[in-house]
Amino acid sequence: MSRQQINRLATALITGVAILVVVPIVLVILFVIYNGIGTISWEFISAPPTNGMREGGIWPALLGTIFLTFGTAIISFPLAIGAAIYLSEYAADNRMTRMVRLAIVNLAGIPSIVYGLFGLGAFVLFMQFGTSILAGSLTLGILTLPVVISTAEEAIASVPQQFRTVSLSLGATRWQTIRHQVLPHALPGILTGIILGLGRAAGETAPILFTVAAFYLPDLPHSIFDQTMALPYHLYVISTQVPGMPLSIQYGTALVLLLIVLSLTLSATFVRTSMRRRREW
Amino acid sequence: MTTNSSVTAPTPAAAQEKGQRIHIGEWIIENLIRLAGLSTVLIVGLIFLFLVREGGPAFLDIPLRQLFGSRWYPIEGIFGLLPLLVGSLIVTVGAVVIAVPLGLICAIYLGEIAPTWQREILKPLIEMLAGIPSIVLGFLGWVVLAPLIQNAGAATGLTAFTGAIILAYMSLPTIISISEDALYAVPKEYRDGALAIGATQWQTIWRVVLPAARSGIVIAVMLGIGRAIGETMAVMMVTGNAANIPALSSGVIFQPVRTMTATIAAEMGEVAQGSLHYNTLFGIGIVLFVITFAINSLAGRIVGTRGARRTGAKL
Amino acid sequence: MIQSKISIQHLYYTYEDGIEALRDISLEIPANEIFVLFGPARSGKSTLLRLLNRLSDLDEGTARQGTILVDGQDVFDRSVNVSNLRRRISMVFAMPTPLPGSIYDNLTYGLKMAGIRERGELDRRVEQSLKQSALWDEVKDRLGASAFALSGGQKQRLCIARSLALEPDVVVLDNPTSGLDPISTATVEESLFDLKERYTIIMVPHSVQQAARVADQAAFLLDGELVEVGEAGKLFVQPTDQRTEDYITGRFG
Repeated sequence: MSRQQINRLATALITGVAILVVVPIVLVILFVIYNGIGTISWEFISAPPTNGMREGGIWPALLGTIFLTFGTAIISFPLAIGAAIYLSEYAADNRMTRMVRLAIVNLAGIPSIVYGLFGLGAFVLFMQFGTSILAGSLTLGILTLPVVISTAEEAIASVPQQFRTVSLSLGATRWQTIRHQVLPHALPGILTGIILGLGRAAGETAPILFTVAAFYLPDLPHSIFDQTMALPYHLYVISTQVPGMPLSIQYGTALVLLLIVLSLTLSATFVRTSMRRRREW
Repeated sequence: MTTNSSVTAPTPAAAQEKGQRIHIGEWIIENLIRLAGLSTVLIVGLIFLFLVREGGPAFLDIPLRQLFGSRWYPIEGIFGLLPLLVGSLIVTVGAVVIAVPLGLICAIYLGEIAPTWQREILKPLIEMLAGIPSIVLGFLGWVVLAPLIQNAGAATGLTAFTGAIILAYMSLPTIISISEDALYAVPKEYRDGALAIGATQWQTIWRVVLPAARSGIVIAVMLGIGRAIGETMAVMMVTGNAANIPALSSGVIFQPVRTMTATIAAEMGEVAQGSLHYNTLFGIGIVLFVITFAINSLAGRIVGTRGARRTGAKL
Repeated sequence: MIQSKISIQHLYYTYEDGIEALRDISLEIPANEIFVLFGPARSGKSTLLRLLNRLSDLDEGTARQGTILVDGQDVFDRSVNVSNLRRRISMVFAMPTPLPGSIYDNLTYGLKMAGIRERGELDRRVEQSLKQSALWDEVKDRLGASAFALSGGQKQRLCIARSLALEPDVVVLDNPTSGLDPISTATVEESLFDLKERYTIIMVPHSVQQAARVADQAAFLLDGELVEVGEAGKLFVQPTDQRTEDYITGRFG
């Protein structure tokens, strides 16, 4: 075979593999939509499960996931944005900073089930929050830190250095500079990170297994110290733990979860591109 | 200097007082920011501390011979971790063997071959794959993939292989995006140089670009492993959860296994708090923590030295 | 001798990578004159400017010796409020650098950061500074427009006005006409002559010709060392040092 033939063959193979990787992604999404769309109705969304979860809807699980996502937001964002500002604006190139960076890399790599164990040991038992929305939100909040921190840091670092220099040269203090020149322009990127973090939190199962998720709890939670059902765990339960479960409800639940998570991911991408276009510099 | 307020504000006294207020407010905010930065280190420390607090007794109370033994029968009080380690190993290796070539080739396609319009469609799609919750992929593995594999002739559809396929797909976005960064970091002059002396595009990729991107690709593989070894829900649903060391034969990957992560997820709900079984599940958490910590620290180090070298070259 | 506005004494400055940017610089800068610092690239001019209002604080790992006195007080003293110092010694950069926002926002930014919020005072300063930088007539009807919509020369005059709005003592200009066409350059230079009535002006020029046009006093820097300083009328005609002569006659740099 000549060099040109090898080149053509290699290129064709690479293209083929790329198709092999990408096509299933589309198929997976279409497949879930195709099988689940028939189940989706107002009743499915707004009613609690009945008859041993084999009938009815997903409302308590959906609401639980919404609560948990908000809880995650409240816990994670102040901390994550603070850490991102620290890394991009305050951190000197020293040991401490290297430790913080190492910590973030490692937080990103810790398996989600280990976060679940930590949540159980620290929040449920040690701090005696019990299996509760509070414990679950804290666990998910910590889990989302690395995503939000690194996206926010990137956004902050992308604000042109000259804005900072000019602001300081006009007598603004460091915090005033951050507050008035850096954060407003980094906002789209920070928002992207926040939404990505929320998408991650909404879809996670392992961290909530022992910290908040209830197997079956038709009553809605009354306070942050109550347990709640949650969509991802509900999907696990109805697909593996309940015999005689109709497939349609399983697919419907999977579809709702997929839509929530993907719409968060997509809106993150949308925020990033649309706000970028509005930039003046 | 501090008394020179006449040019900055109407009345000197007011300006000074205002300055003081700004000063104290800033001091608080700046320290809160520092605290937020340090909290990340604190959290990693706390995670390890709580794992050791709850899981440490397992390593003290269970004889080491049993701990590294090949029997995991919690009901009889026998806690041998070997089957779980082997289970995780088989599934992870399987996933990596599938995902690394696919991911790398996909990254080459995206970075070197695909026209821009394709890249703009494909990259969000891959990001989307990263966003699909593992429980949804696990569900699909359970209702679609497992029956397919069983029909193909395996004794059961819930096997290490099934898990490896699902896991491979889940680690693809990590591997693709990091390899692509690595390829992107290869200077354009290298490619131009190779093409200028008459190399074909494939020769350029194979002989010039890939070697230059080596360290980045190594990181991609490492983080892919880290992602695969820690995955829980999907693996638990599709690997059959048999806590035996599978017979070492050519069909090893087509047998059911149980991973460390799945063991924790499946059994924690049923154990009595403070029991040896409970401690041991946390002990498995320590093992997972240590493995992923090692992988990520090492990968972080490689990134660190590479980054330093790059800035050094610029100056 | 006249009382100096700024007195630099035995100043040494070394960057993180060990490069000695300034070596034993001593200068007396009088009030209400245009003082020009010139020399080839990397001779330490900009470094010296950034030290005057301590923008040099932004650079990590540097080492400094010597003092800079402004009105007799050491700017590196611990008791110095850096924000106040930068409002007193205000800086204009080589590239026109508007901040995102309107013309009005740009002009009032420094004032608002200093805690001045009163509308009448802000309006007064905006008008006054725009008039001083010869921009008032061009922008008075569109103060709310984005600062990025201005032309290059207008942007730079906006930046000068932004510095003047702080009502500083000293205006430091680091090659303010580098990106401007000849007409805009002339406008900026003219406004400098008006400004020295009220301010002390320290400037790194775009060229030796510009230095000779605007300077009352000039100092020639080479490789971080002060070669020669003196009245502009004399220095550009009859330099005492051979290196100065070589430079201003265009034999190097």
